[in-house]
Amino acid sequence: MADQHQLTPGDEHAPHPSSPVEAGAEHTAARQNNRETSHPDNATDAIDDVTYVAEQRGPAGEPIREMSARERRGINRRELLKLAPVVVIGAFAIPQTREPLLNAGLGLSDWAAGILFGRRRLAQQYSNNEVAPFQRFPYNYYDVADPEVDLERWTLTVEGQVQKPGEYKLAQIQALPKVVQNTRHVCVEGWDVIGNFGGTRASDFLRLVGADLSARYLEVTCVDDYYESIDMETVLHPQTLFCYEMYGQPLDRGHGAPLRLQMPTKLGYKQAKYLDSIRVTNVLSRGKRGYWEDQGYDWYGGL
Amino acid sequence: MATLARTMERKSESTITVAYEHPWVVRVAHWLGAVAVCVLITSGLRIFLAFPSFGPKIPQQNFFVLPPKSITLGGWLAGGLQWHFTFMWIFVASGVAYLVYQAVSGHWRQVLFLPRDIKGVWPMARHYFLLGKKPDVVEAYNPLQKLAYTSTILFGIVSTLTGMVMYKPAQFWWLAWPMGGYHYARIWHFVAMCGFVAFIPGHLMMVELHGWNNFYSMITGWKREPEYRK
Repeated sequence: MADQHQLTPGDEHAPHPSSPVEAGAEHTAARQNNRETSHPDNATDAIDDVTYVAEQRGPAGEPIREMSARERRGINRRELLKLAPVVVIGAFAIPQTREPLLNAGLGLSDWAAGILFGRRRLAQQYSNNEVAPFQRFPYNYYDVADPEVDLERWTLTVEGQVQKPGEYKLAQIQALPKVVQNTRHVCVEGWDVIGNFGGTRASDFLRLVGADLSARYLEVTCVDDYYESIDMETVLHPQTLFCYEMYGQPLDRGHGAPLRLQMPTKLGYKQAKYLDSIRVTNVLSRGKRGYWEDQGYDWYGGL
Repeated sequence: MATLARTMERKSESTITVAYEHPWVVRVAHWLGAVAVCVLITSGLRIFLAFPSFGPKIPQQNFFVLPPKSITLGGWLAGGLQWHFTFMWIFVASGVAYLVYQAVSGHWRQVLFLPRDIKGVWPMARHYFLLGKKPDVVEAYNPLQKLAYTSTILFGIVSTLTGMVMYKPAQFWWLAWPMGGYHYARIWHFVAMCGFVAFIPGHLMMVELHGWNNFYSMITGWKREPEYRK
């Protein structure tokens, strides 16, 4: 008994969970013993005094016992089969199944991220002295730092499920209420920077052009041939901006002049610069999801 | 499988003493968790290589020693992320399954390292590393084992919570605060990874030292000739 107690220290506080059959059998046997030897009136007291037959148990609570080689082989085979879930992940080692599995994993993560996203939950905003100096705000681009946008003639093409498609001037966008926010810009690489951004709420502009707000995506293309697509829920988020200012100045060419996306609820690669056109749609044209996404980065890219 | 079962039985054709040690949930969680930890460490290092720093981008100060690309998984950042974002689910699922099982079964009492175990750590460590006398076996798991296993659970919880903050800081900003802020999540995530890296060789060494019956026991659940048999 002492040995058993030492091996399973939990015993003194709670009945051991495993192997109720053996334990129960001993219990009953001991109980009957007590009934035979004690006076009926004392029977209840006697049951409380029952001592278990000293039988040593393993860490899982089952009795330690003798087992024949034949029985062991049977058990081993059965237990090995029960490890099938572990063998299944071996599919990740096979090139033909690896890619679909990893895509499924990424899809699961994106699905969960969409569930997690709070329509009205705001990303943190920061005070002016927490904002990084403009010189420390990195220029990140995939091709050229300056695609030489003709700022004088630039217009934003609006297409898709909108009542008023066409070309929109920067002044028309700037005429809408201006939002200025200090938010964190997070790069998928692992760095981040708190910046100051000014612009128009994407939702305000989409209402101006009469967009179908129940559509699933906003597709954007850029002057430098970059392209992106964003879920409508994020587009309509109150902190999602068509950004034309940083640090109180018009966007400079390196940061995407004259207009870029700025979404503190998305990773940096979703924040397309040098916007050329936007399209409200339920189906992504040409099946294109985004410049980096089509190469293996996750589409949702949410924060 | 049948071959493996035979190999494991080759030595003893007669009746021997056996003890059931590891229930199915624990074994599946152990092996899924083991694979997931290895994938998460190697793909995580690939992700780290994309920006091997804990500071700002400008000026970028790289970590003083970089993991060689050859030990990383995924090939490039996107590949590393794919592995990481897939196996994080397997890691968390197996961890949760294990914890729920331990809580419900009451077996956590055998493994959880508690303050009363502190005094037993040094004698056990002295036995292993300085060839001291082996302390008396009084429990299913000795204090050093409890410390090691409990630590891995702690590393798992820390890496999961810090991972959540890094993955979705806009949603989990409130989780960043107890870590010391958003930037500390990356640091603690790295520290938890180092914890796993420290645990794995020690764990494997102990299995080797204490015999392969321990290894088979984590596969079939049954330990042959348990050393704690009185």
